[in-house]
Amino acid sequence: MATAAFRGMVALFALVAAPAHAHLVETGFGAFYDGIAHVAVTPADLLVVVALALLAGQCGTQAARYALFALPVAWLVGGAVGARWLSAAALPLLTTLSFAIAGSLVALNARIRDVGVAALAIAAGLLHGLVNGATMVPGGSAGLALGGAVCAIFFLMAILAAEVTALPAGWPRIVVRVAGSWIAASGLLMFGWLVRAAG
Amino acid sequence: MAPAAALAHEETGQAAGFLAGLSHPVSGLDHVLAMVAVGLWGAVLGPPAIWVLPVAFPLVMALGGLMGLLGIPVPGVEIGIAVSAIVLGAMVLAEARPSLWIAAAIVAFFAIFHGHAHGRELPEGTSALLYSLGFVVATGLLHAVGILLGGAHRWAVGRRAVRVAGGGVAAAGLFFLWRAIA
Repeated sequence: MATAAFRGMVALFALVAAPAHAHLVETGFGAFYDGIAHVAVTPADLLVVVALALLAGQCGTQAARYALFALPVAWLVGGAVGARWLSAAALPLLTTLSFAIAGSLVALNARIRDVGVAALAIAAGLLHGLVNGATMVPGGSAGLALGGAVCAIFFLMAILAAEVTALPAGWPRIVVRVAGSWIAASGLLMFGWLVRAAG
Repeated sequence: MAPAAALAHEETGQAAGFLAGLSHPVSGLDHVLAMVAVGLWGAVLGPPAIWVLPVAFPLVMALGGLMGLLGIPVPGVEIGIAVSAIVLGAMVLAEARPSLWIAAAIVAFFAIFHGHAHGRELPEGTSALLYSLGFVVATGLLHAVGILLGGAHRWAVGRRAVRVAGGGVAAAGLFFLWRAIA
């Protein structure tokens, strides 16, 4: 049953997958730092981490704690799977959708349960990790690079989510919602570019 | 003496895409004036409109951009943009205070035209996502400029200045409308 579900997921990803054009940036400091840099220079990854951190912070301390560990761990698991099985695929539509949804929830100031935030973080982490894993294999040292990326995600998530949970009501929290709307709007436009490019 | 093969490479189109997106909205006066007017009107209306409008506008504008990218036609885009400047400027000039939903609906309606016209002009060789992000951020910052200028509304002199600015936007909108029709 579990094998059938896994095969179904792989088939689904294969349907929406595009050839992977991304690759690891070489910083010259080694694979670990290449992984850190990868997060910084991959807008889709950066935006989903920022959006989820803002969302987790908006939903409170407990949600932020769950998301802080759920996202990097899921990213690592997804990366390991991507490095092993989906080495030729990128999922731009799904990765775009992930940060667009997270940004929309931030803009709407959606009150989501702690477990719901963790579930979103796990789903996004698995998806983006999967793509990262596939991206990092061609450069070699995928494990170290993935470790660097996961560390960068953990620290970014920790800093941003902590800041947002501590924000007072009023303008600071409105700025967070505006940031969410910008992320969601960028995702909508990107979705259009992808559909147009495919058509 | 014994050089190794260069494995590093340049990430092309990233910064260029963001900067192109950032500069695109400010390259057209019609877009600039309408966006600033959204901020000014938000400031005139006060909370919660002062933040609802800037949160809603980018989302609906992106929806307009998405329609453009998907090839869904919107008739009279240039006329719509010109009328947006006229209506939004007139709202500021008249210090109109409709209910939040009506104000949001007016702004959202015009956001479709702005997104449709400007959101799909990607320069070749640039990153589409960073271009989109830059475009949205620039539009949001123009709203912020309007909100900051609209902050003067709390003083008598500032209130007159804000109304005059609204009148100026509406007058410019009339010029854009004439240009779009002629």
